Amino acid sequence: MISDKQQKQYEQYVKEMTPVHSLPANMAKAFLTGGLICLLGQWIQNTAAYLGADLKDAGTWCSLILIFLSVLLTGLNIYPRIGKFGGAGSLVPITGFANSVASSAVEFRTEGQIFGIGCKIFTIAGPVILYGILSSWILGVIYYFLKVAEVL
Amino acid sequence: MKNMIQAGTSSAAFRFPVYIQSAASIAGKKEGEGPLKDSFDRIIDDPLLGKDSWESAESMLQKKASALAVKKAGLDTKDIRLAFAGDLLAQTTASSFGTAGMGIPFYGLYAACSTMGEALSLGAMAVSAGFGDHILCATSSHFASAEKEFRYPLGYGNQRPLSATWTVTGSGACIIGSDPPETENSPDSLRSGNRCAVITGITAGRIIDFGFRDSLNMGACMAPAACDTILRNLSDFGRTPSDYDAIVTGDLGIVGRNILLDMLRKNGTDIGDIHQDCGLMIYDNSTQDTHSGGSGCGCSAVVLAACLLPRIIGGQWKRMLFIPTGAMLSKVTYNEGASVPGIAHAVVIELMEI
Repeated sequence: MISDKQQKQYEQYVKEMTPVHSLPANMAKAFLTGGLICLLGQWIQNTAAYLGADLKDAGTWCSLILIFLSVLLTGLNIYPRIGKFGGAGSLVPITGFANSVASSAVEFRTEGQIFGIGCKIFTIAGPVILYGILSSWILGVIYYFLKVAEVL
Repeated sequence: MKNMIQAGTSSAAFRFPVYIQSAASIAGKKEGEGPLKDSFDRIIDDPLLGKDSWESAESMLQKKASALAVKKAGLDTKDIRLAFAGDLLAQTTASSFGTAGMGIPFYGLYAACSTMGEALSLGAMAVSAGFGDHILCATSSHFASAEKEFRYPLGYGNQRPLSATWTVTGSGACIIGSDPPETENSPDSLRSGNRCAVITGITAGRIIDFGFRDSLNMGACMAPAACDTILRNLSDFGRTPSDYDAIVTGDLGIVGRNILLDMLRKNGTDIGDIHQDCGLMIYDNSTQDTHSGGSGCGCSAVVLAACLLPRIIGGQWKRMLFIPTGAMLSKVTYNEGASVPGIAHAVVIELMEI
């Protein structure tokens, strides 16, 4: 049997033997990609406002168009390449969320509308939805008590 | 006990050689653009093979490779007594819906990427025990079906670490039997003049678990198992590395190869000059963006059929140790915090002049 100590040693040894991506280069690429996506979003929002939408509607237009573009680029197999280059830069904005949903739908469509797309469309996005709602609920409760205590 | 063919602690040395009568390889487009592009029997450009799901596509791929191996041996499917086949999908889908559909009595196998080693080992034991004049051994893997089974949807934009390997789209199949292949009726059988490739021994793999948990660093999960099997093979057969012209692992990749050589050196065994890895032979990592190398149970199978066996009957190598390596990754146990143990099955393949 292999002892815990040997396991730790092996893990450490493998870490030394395994090449890793350059962190500064990855951060720069993520900054560039994420920045460009956000710049595009800002441009959509400003254009919508310029065309007469109020601030809330302009924001909605921005989200809708970014989601549409992401889904379209996923279907055309271009988004995975953006993701490979941009890493977290393309993962964090709303486009990354849309990509995770659309790619699951494409992948599992062969298993049918119910058990394929229906059950598995949120395979990747599911945790984001669940814990996003949970954390906003927790923040809401904190906000409520701060209000009752008249801190806010 | 009569007719014992046991050797050492965990090997078998066959009294009569088991002939590899034919070998077939079918590879995908990316593999067909790699260094072995001229060696494959067939390259298939359509990743779906005209089917509508990745699972059916891989089944079709394996069935085609198996049928080709039967044809190259100059045989008909009804001449094949047994089939040992496996793949990476759950319930060995590609084999059960592929090769098994040919109507040959069928044993489905799973040993992750080391399945070709397991199929050849069990097949050779069956031949040696008199169970078959012709036995089919086949495995397959498919990049898309493996990504779907073990990782993310293909369209999901994520980054792969440098230690990750690229699952080979391909299937390799061999017909093995007790007699040398005929050449009169089957010019494509595995024979060059009087030179044949034979299996003379096997060393069964053990699960080796160093508690390593990174499923995107399979090389590190499998290297200790390869080291263990190589050392047991050498001691069971009373050999040194110089008794082999080549020791070829399945899909350790760059990371796994370095760990294996290092571990063996610490055990006083140096195989640096004769070691090769199928995962490093099938792609050009620098131009094909395959990171640590190729993997999957199609990887060692297609390289064996397309490249290694021709070197044996070409006389370049007289004796080779073929060791497909597998990482026994399960999506469920991985999420439950379990490690990814490795296994490696070794097959001794030699040149025989008849």
